[in-house]
Amino acid sequence: MSVVATPPATAGTPGTPERARRRRPGLLRSMLSGPSAVAAAAYLVLLAALAVAAPLVAPHDPNAQDLFNRFAGMSAEHPLGTDDFGRDVASRVIYAARISLLAPLISLAVGMAIGVPAGLLAGLRRGWFDAVADRLSDTLLSIPAIVFALAIIAVMGPSLTTAMVAIGIVFAPHLFRVVRGATMVVAEETYISSAEAIGASTRRILLVHVLPNIRAPLLVQVTLLMGFALLAEASLSFLGLGVQPPEASWGSMLKAAYENQFEAPYSVLPSGVAILLTVLAFNVLGDRLRDAVAGGRAR
Amino acid sequence: MNLARLLRRLASAVLVIWLVHLLTFLLIRLVPGDPAQLLAGERATPDEVLRIREQLGLEDPVLLQYARSLGGLPRGDLGESMFSGLPVGRLLADAAPATLSVALMALLFAAVFGVGAGVLAGLRQGGWTDRVVSTIATVGIAMPSFWIGLVLVTFFALVNPWLPATGYAPLGEGVGTWFRHLVLPAVTLGVAVAAEIARHTRGGVADVLAKPYIRTARARGASGSRLVRGHVLRNAAIPVVTVLGLQTGKLLGGTVVVEAVFGISGLGTLAVNSVLERDYPVLQGFVIFAAVVVVTANLLVDTAYGRINPKVRTA
Amino acid sequence: MSERLEDARNVLSVEGLTLDLAGGHAQPRLVDDVTFAVPAGGAVALIGESGCGKTMTAMAVLGLLPAGIRPVAGSVRLGDRELLNRPERELAGIRGREIGTIFQEPMSSLDPTMTVGDQIAESRRLHLGERRGTARSRARELLDRVGIPDAARRLRAYPHELSGGMQQRVMIAAAISCDPRLVIADEPTTALDVTIQAEILGLLRDLQRDSGVAVLLVTHDLGVVADFCEDVVVMYAGHVVERSPVTDLFASARHPYTRALLRSVPAGRAPRTPLDVIPGRVPSAGDFPAGCRFRPRCEYAVDACARTEPVEARLDGGTGGHAARGTRCLRVAAGEIELQEAR
Repeated sequence: MSVVATPPATAGTPGTPERARRRRPGLLRSMLSGPSAVAAAAYLVLLAALAVAAPLVAPHDPNAQDLFNRFAGMSAEHPLGTDDFGRDVASRVIYAARISLLAPLISLAVGMAIGVPAGLLAGLRRGWFDAVADRLSDTLLSIPAIVFALAIIAVMGPSLTTAMVAIGIVFAPHLFRVVRGATMVVAEETYISSAEAIGASTRRILLVHVLPNIRAPLLVQVTLLMGFALLAEASLSFLGLGVQPPEASWGSMLKAAYENQFEAPYSVLPSGVAILLTVLAFNVLGDRLRDAVAGGRAR
Repeated sequence: MNLARLLRRLASAVLVIWLVHLLTFLLIRLVPGDPAQLLAGERATPDEVLRIREQLGLEDPVLLQYARSLGGLPRGDLGESMFSGLPVGRLLADAAPATLSVALMALLFAAVFGVGAGVLAGLRQGGWTDRVVSTIATVGIAMPSFWIGLVLVTFFALVNPWLPATGYAPLGEGVGTWFRHLVLPAVTLGVAVAAEIARHTRGGVADVLAKPYIRTARARGASGSRLVRGHVLRNAAIPVVTVLGLQTGKLLGGTVVVEAVFGISGLGTLAVNSVLERDYPVLQGFVIFAAVVVVTANLLVDTAYGRINPKVRTA
Repeated sequence: MSERLEDARNVLSVEGLTLDLAGGHAQPRLVDDVTFAVPAGGAVALIGESGCGKTMTAMAVLGLLPAGIRPVAGSVRLGDRELLNRPERELAGIRGREIGTIFQEPMSSLDPTMTVGDQIAESRRLHLGERRGTARSRARELLDRVGIPDAARRLRAYPHELSGGMQQRVMIAAAISCDPRLVIADEPTTALDVTIQAEILGLLRDLQRDSGVAVLLVTHDLGVVADFCEDVVVMYAGHVVERSPVTDLFASARHPYTRALLRSVPAGRAPRTPLDVIPGRVPSAGDFPAGCRFRPRCEYAVDACARTEPVEARLDGGTGGHAARGTRCLRVAAGEIELQEAR
């Protein structure tokens, strides 16, 4: 699935608040009870550590060129060979992890900054704001994600920042939907009415009473969107609309590999596998998390 | 689907298209700064900016601009390209056959393999078929489509020169040639969709198998393929059709990337070039076109849904 | 009992049927050594609280046990044909053809995407190879027969367009469409309104009288049994605890559980006498007590009841085509206690 995919829209609804609180430690534990979820979590932690410690762990300077040594195969010196400029592929994959992981985080931050407050307000207060926001999100969801992102990039100009913001805006209606749905369930609870009865402000009700109780579905959605955002950034960078050289993400590395495909057909493997594994890890984690949330509710 | 319901759905579809148009109209105008300057780029001369301003009709009052833009919509008039001066409608029409060929072929591939694998997995829940299908589907969803394309090209066009690596051949060049050019792009585009369909089909079949009416059908003597065709598939199709509809946007958006991989000059290539050339009218036209396709697909799914789910028909 | 089972007039003979969880050795049997027979044209009730194994027994007859549960001993014969552990293909040829089945909750037991006409016709098309048109006109007759007005139009209706009572009539029409020798009715009236219950029972009784089909009625409702069946088989926790002709059973129970069951039914009791509740609940499989399985809830239990698991004791011979009485209570069998008349 590339940027084109529609992200999974449903993430379930929250349980009652008491249960949600009691479930918190159990949720993580039950999610990590399966071997696949443990492997996925371990992989992501390791990857994040590699990205942070890139200067320490990368065998070479990712930008050091060696034009006499282009497209070298695997060797002790270059575990994954070299690219079209003779740069060490392994080092570049490690360094590119920084952008490939950071970009989805920023996209999600943008998407949440728009979608979560709007969803909270629409779900709690309903009324005209809900009607308008719901219709708007319907409209946005009828435009394929990548097409929508292209429109935003067309206006703002291609760059990594634009791509990340564009993906974030594409996410907003998805997050809006999940948060709105979950909030509507929580809004029925008596503790919301009691909070209103003692004169708590809307802001306080949302932050103190609603938000903590919709964490579970939100967390599921965010985890699944992480993988989706990574794919989206890679797709846009592959199209030349995301990361611009000399910076590199796995997607832009694939673009370079694609351009040299006739000379070095196998150079599409390292960065492609990196994307595949990372997205897989996020998806597996998201699925297990969803099962854990659903299971917690069933119990 | 009864008439009132159909009319309601149509009205809602028109409303969505109108809102998409409004959105694309506002998008370029709401960004801080002068849209003409924005599109011309930072190094543009004042003359160039003026030219863009005139081309887009930005000199006129905003309401007039909007009325003009909206008025053209029902006639398919989407303005002119700032780059080539050609009508956007014609550019889209020229590029559409390649894109729609790839997308429809991908849909066919995804439906056949997705539904087939999903049914097998659902009928043999927990068995090895199920495990293999579920694993492939999970991986298939996580693979970037352009990477699948690159790998397919590497193995089926470069290492083994069985299929063309790039390009699109119109139907005029013969069905065989057309088809051979479509195989790799369609598979590339279809893998993720097939995976998604397989997951939902499997879930649907598994759900239906546990239903009391399946036990009733077995108690009447239905078994084997009679049971599967007569009762399981009919009921499992209901959620699957919905998922199929949701994949339309995915397919259409996916062609943007797939066309880049295979060097196909379709709508996606047109869109990416228009982004790079800051040719906003073309991109606006593409967004509206995409929304029309998605909304139409949803309408079709709704109709099909009513056909296979009697409860909707009379509700 | 064995002489009764060899009676050639029996449509269904279940003997020593024992069901177990597949792969498990240690678990107590879900259904243990269950024996009963349904004579041709007769009506036998299999009665007990939910979880006693009565539905599981009926599903074993049909070869429709849930995955993971399998028969480990005994035999199920339709006429003189063994049904237990037969290949699916062979059983599918019998289901719907020789055994019709009516399930509870008609709403969820009818296929929502198929017209009721097609569902009624399905058995005839499957088993008799009838064409759609022929099977459909037969379906219309059947709808008439089960008392659905305007049958020609109703054929094209979907289940959700009918009321619960109508749906159950459709289910009955589908069950009898191939003129089976036996109809298994699994809680056929449980999900229905009380007034509809009476109508459906009346319909079943009429059909039975007219066509001479034998009926195995699986229920938890003694009231249903009283005016429908000739013989009653009472099950508790996977065991048959008592068997009896229905009139004798209502006159005097021969097992403490049956007596408790009778005392918990309001029908026929003097006004203002309190209903009795059976204390405790049915133990689940894996939780069966040692000795008599009803012992923890039994007001007559003594130490001996915990020491040995009682076997069924025959009390007197069957008369007039009725089954012999039998009880699985040690103390009743030994004549130590005489159960008070139930009402």
